[in-house]
Amino acid sequence: MYRIVSKERLAHKQTLFEVEAPEIAAKAQPGQFLIVIPTEGGERVPLTICDYEADKGTVSFAFHEVGKTTKELGTFEKGDRLFNVTGPLGNPSQIGKYGRVLCVGGGIMIAPVLLQAKAMKAAGNHVTTVLGSRSEEFLFMREKAASLSDEVHLATDDGSVGEKGLEFLTDLLKKERFDRCVVMGPVVMMKMVSEITRPFNLPTIVSLTPIMIDGMGMCGVCRVTVGGNMLFGCVDGPEFDGHLTNFDELIKRQRTMLPEERLSSILWENKGRCKCGRN
Amino acid sequence: MEGTEEKTASNPMNVDVEMPRQRPKERVKNFKEVALGYTEEMAIQEARRCMQCKNPPCIKGCPVDVPIPSFIDCILQGKYAEGIAVIKTKNSLPAVCGRVCPQEGQCQMNCVRGKKGDPVNIGRLERFLADWEREHGAQIPERTPSTGKKIAVIGGGPAGLTAAADLVKMGHAVTLFEALHVAGGVLSYGIPEFRLPKDIVQKEIEYVQKLGVDLRLGNLIGRIHTIPELMEQGYHAIFISSGAGLPQWTGCPGENLGGIYSANEFLIRVNLMKAYNFPEQDTPIRIGKHVVVIGGGNVAMDCARISMRLGAKVCLNYRRSRTELPARREEIENAEEEGLMCNFLNAPAEFYGDEKGWVRSMRCTCMELTESDEKGRQGVKPIACSDFEVDADTIIVAIGQTPNPIIQRTTAGLKTDPRNGTIIVDEDGRTNLDGVFAGGDVATGAATVISAMGAGKRAAKAMHEYLMNEGPRGERPSTGN
Repeated sequence: MYRIVSKERLAHKQTLFEVEAPEIAAKAQPGQFLIVIPTEGGERVPLTICDYEADKGTVSFAFHEVGKTTKELGTFEKGDRLFNVTGPLGNPSQIGKYGRVLCVGGGIMIAPVLLQAKAMKAAGNHVTTVLGSRSEEFLFMREKAASLSDEVHLATDDGSVGEKGLEFLTDLLKKERFDRCVVMGPVVMMKMVSEITRPFNLPTIVSLTPIMIDGMGMCGVCRVTVGGNMLFGCVDGPEFDGHLTNFDELIKRQRTMLPEERLSSILWENKGRCKCGRN
Repeated sequence: MEGTEEKTASNPMNVDVEMPRQRPKERVKNFKEVALGYTEEMAIQEARRCMQCKNPPCIKGCPVDVPIPSFIDCILQGKYAEGIAVIKTKNSLPAVCGRVCPQEGQCQMNCVRGKKGDPVNIGRLERFLADWEREHGAQIPERTPSTGKKIAVIGGGPAGLTAAADLVKMGHAVTLFEALHVAGGVLSYGIPEFRLPKDIVQKEIEYVQKLGVDLRLGNLIGRIHTIPELMEQGYHAIFISSGAGLPQWTGCPGENLGGIYSANEFLIRVNLMKAYNFPEQDTPIRIGKHVVVIGGGNVAMDCARISMRLGAKVCLNYRRSRTELPARREEIENAEEEGLMCNFLNAPAEFYGDEKGWVRSMRCTCMELTESDEKGRQGVKPIACSDFEVDADTIIVAIGQTPNPIIQRTTAGLKTDPRNGTIIVDEDGRTNLDGVFAGGDVATGAATVISAMGAGKRAAKAMHEYLMNEGPRGERPSTGN
């Protein structure tokens, strides 16, 4: 179990894995996540489910190589086995017939937002999808987005393709009426989109990715303040009302282990080719 | 210890054999086990103190009815394999219980020797046999013929492991679902290495597997399968022992600052994910120089002692006085020997952080004791205008846990206590749903390892009766007996 059935490079340092996990595949729903442990002794990493096929018994997740564990994960190939995959965790997204739905995906989270788009489309909504990233080379799954959505907009930070930045969303919202917005991406981006939709009173659902360990309600490291209440990303979320979420606190909490994460990452990169002379 | 001199003078048999321990100055620098265990000679010497009472009061104090005088007699005769077999008729986790049971309030509290001196050190003797067996290889009892009944046990902690072991010994097919990637529950994630080495926990779990229990790791019941789905899959009975894992918080402003850990997060990082070995192990822990642990139970003591081992100065802030500390006396003494400072009669009021969002200090309010409540628990109330501020760059909140809500939320009709989320059961662990039993912390709220094991045992017995004597589901006699 947990054999990697396929590995797809989405962009530089961004990878999609399809993993054998029949029990999880049978239960998974959009919006839920997995806890992946690549090797024994490794970290428990929360990763959003990007797709699942109950018949095939597989579930997919995507990741961006930023720290030690995701870098290590990137070295896994088709046929390799992961030490453990637990899921599906978290509450499924509310998928209903809302009317016109705006799905915004940023960076690696483009992959799971397309699962939202697919489910929203299947529920009878008119789906507009926005794919955002740093630059053109990081904009993957464009064709898939086009096939799942009624409309697709592209946006890049550097303007290399599509719109430059996300400011165009304001114009879009002025022009078109939407009934629901789903955002998945870096915290800063989810904050920005929530601020853009706020004046339009557009219900905005964000999928939060706080630091997690167990992912099942025990450790409380994933706590977020939503509407003034302390909630847990893992058992109360991962999706919350973007207009009520305290993003600034979340950003600070995301950074609490940065020095340790950097150290771990540097040691991993230097493994076997250390130049300090002591090894 | 108080009164020891008097006891020594009267009769040497009234004094127990000390267990060698690492010295405080050394042990506070490592994560190795503090107590080193009896040698064979020490064990025999201590076993000699047992008076082999005809009507042994010690057994009455044991939540799982271990035949105590009988295993002690085996030690005296040098029949260690028989001794451990005697324990294992009742207790499948002796190496754990010998280490972390609060014997002073259970078996040893009732020991006749205790009236004039130290009670027989039953826990240390149990540990001696368990450790002897681990070094010499465990005997696996023969499999009981199958009853054809399938049972799901949810949660691989002390209650679940005990129930699973007992049920498989009765001939049922048992699947044990554990949500984490390692079984053991609090034994694996909660109790630190220096009190309970993890390889010992693993050996006990392996023993339970060798008995025939099918252990499934990384299966969060409530998400991957719900209780009704397990019933549909053909499990004839279910035992829920999902523990009390949801941390409680102070509710004070600033609690979401960096550097403020729940006891669970702190313990999971260090014990389960072995963050004390970071960066050899991948999960980090960040700890400052001045740690404040809020709380006064065994969990608080564990957090404090870990923090000291990670190099911090540690202060325990408890809202009642020393007399009311709920932790085991031995743990408090161990912690203070290692350098723990205590600050009694104060409660947190607010946490302050630096510009990066990391905690730098906390404001506390002084408390005073008031009359006890109806349960006999000492009341406290804040003293007006008594606030003071202390520097702290790490805070660990160890003020208790409530049950994890996932199973309760995903099982329609399961009766729970609305105040704390515990599953309501009768004394044998029956819930209001037919064929569904529960026990351990999920039913009682956070308690001890041995009381959870006792609950697992009682439920296993009741489940066996339910499966063997009563009709299939839906045809249960109305009397329930």
